[in-house]
Amino acid sequence: MKAVLRPYVAAFRARFLLLLQYRVAALAGFATQCWWGAIKIMVYAAFYETAAAAAPISLPNVVTYTWLGQAFLALLPWVADPEVAMLIRTGGVGYDRLRPLDTYSYWYARTLGWIIARALPRAILMLIAAGIVLPLVGLEAWAWRPPAGPEAAVLFVAAFALMIMLAVAVLMLANVVVAASLNERGVNAVLMPLVIVFSGSLVPLDFFPDTMRPFLHAQPLAGLVDIPFRIYFANLRGVAALEGLALQAGWTLVLIVLGRFAMTRMMRRLEMQGG
Amino acid sequence: MNALRLYGRYVGASLRVQAQYPAATLLLTTGHLAATAIEILGVFALFHRFGQVKGWSFGEVALFYGLINITFSIADMLTRGFDVFGTDFVRTGAFDRVLLRPRSATLQLIGYDIRLSRVGRILQGLVVVVLATNLVPIHWNPAAVAIAVWAVAGGVALFAGILVLQATISFWTIESLEAVNVLTYGGVQAAQYPLNIYADWFRRVLTFGVPLACVAYYPVLAILKRPDPLGAPDWILPLTPLAGFAFLALSFLAWRAGMARYASTGS
Repeated sequence: MKAVLRPYVAAFRARFLLLLQYRVAALAGFATQCWWGAIKIMVYAAFYETAAAAAPISLPNVVTYTWLGQAFLALLPWVADPEVAMLIRTGGVGYDRLRPLDTYSYWYARTLGWIIARALPRAILMLIAAGIVLPLVGLEAWAWRPPAGPEAAVLFVAAFALMIMLAVAVLMLANVVVAASLNERGVNAVLMPLVIVFSGSLVPLDFFPDTMRPFLHAQPLAGLVDIPFRIYFANLRGVAALEGLALQAGWTLVLIVLGRFAMTRMMRRLEMQGG
Repeated sequence: MNALRLYGRYVGASLRVQAQYPAATLLLTTGHLAATAIEILGVFALFHRFGQVKGWSFGEVALFYGLINITFSIADMLTRGFDVFGTDFVRTGAFDRVLLRPRSATLQLIGYDIRLSRVGRILQGLVVVVLATNLVPIHWNPAAVAIAVWAVAGGVALFAGILVLQATISFWTIESLEAVNVLTYGGVQAAQYPLNIYADWFRRVLTFGVPLACVAYYPVLAILKRPDPLGAPDWILPLTPLAGFAFLALSFLAWRAGMARYASTGS
């Protein structure tokens, strides 16, 4: 087993360590996200001050939701892996096909390394700023709170892992479309708005009109933000939380199967570029 | 050839390049429209849930949203040269060539890459303004139109000023600092809502630091004919966009200081 996994782990590590070098980009992203989070929270606070009773989630939870969202923004699958587009354009994909490896798993591992490395430094900085510094300077009301309890914390760890697996599964589909169309711009233009709206990154999904709820809660992208974050502050607990996890796992599997199928078809028709 | 005609040539050249790839340009424009239009969906969802915010209705906030989006996309379309200045001009040394030409660097940078795709966001903003007009309703008499155009002009000047500052910083950092996005994209985000919903410190930043409120909040109050809930006198509301031009002027002073100490990267 270990020998089988080794090349994929190596692909993940290589990408992860390379991207951790970009400290300035991480700092700039962090500054932007702090600002963004602050504006979002002030807007929520104003709405809650007007009519708090109308809200589906309490204000402290929405504040936590916002900071979680900003911290893990880079985990959202809104742009296809730029390296895949480059591999296709330069013909580098030929080398990947020659490796005695499963190409889907190989790309999956690399894309996984890419998004985690992008997200990790920002998430840590955000946790320090919103989770530790804000309460210390007396702004507890606006801080990122710890999970609702031990049960929520354990469930969140599972939901968080599934959220990343799901994100990469979505990205793999995007990667395949990029490879088939030789261009990442079109895919990204479609993917980004869809992901931001339907994941709950724009506003928690329950803020949308009630009639849309059944659909919003069942669609795959809910597992990227809405489900894991609501598990975090126990808005989803007990059976509802387990259902959420099942939904995340189910959609991840479906998307991986779809991605594999699409990739096999794409590879069969792929014409090698470059020289 | 005078500066204006030369600028016209630059614009013409940029547009011809994009006209060579009509499908790609159209796709980018549509993508830009979709990517920026989702924000109004979020605003709508909040109003649908809460009804109103501190006395403001969805229609009124839609006017703030529409105008600031139009403003920013015009600025974004015209100032690409300053936006990528650090990465594409200073780091690569391409700025040396700009300086060798017997024309002002500013003119050449403004003329660099006018992106049609930004029209997507302008359209989006216009649609939202029309929506706001029907919801409030707003009476677009000549005075209101004049204030709107004047506010947009002041706003374009303000955002241009921010981007000129970003370019100026890259004389020292050799890179375009993305942190300036906080003021541009983040500024649009903040100015989508009326100023009085924000905390005190943030209002002060938006009025006296980066005068976004002066090109969005105050003139829109004049269009909506609403007195300022924060107590600014009525006569001052239509005058505030001047602050945008003042900001641009100050930015160019900084730009000059930066130019004077420019040393080529030699690459």
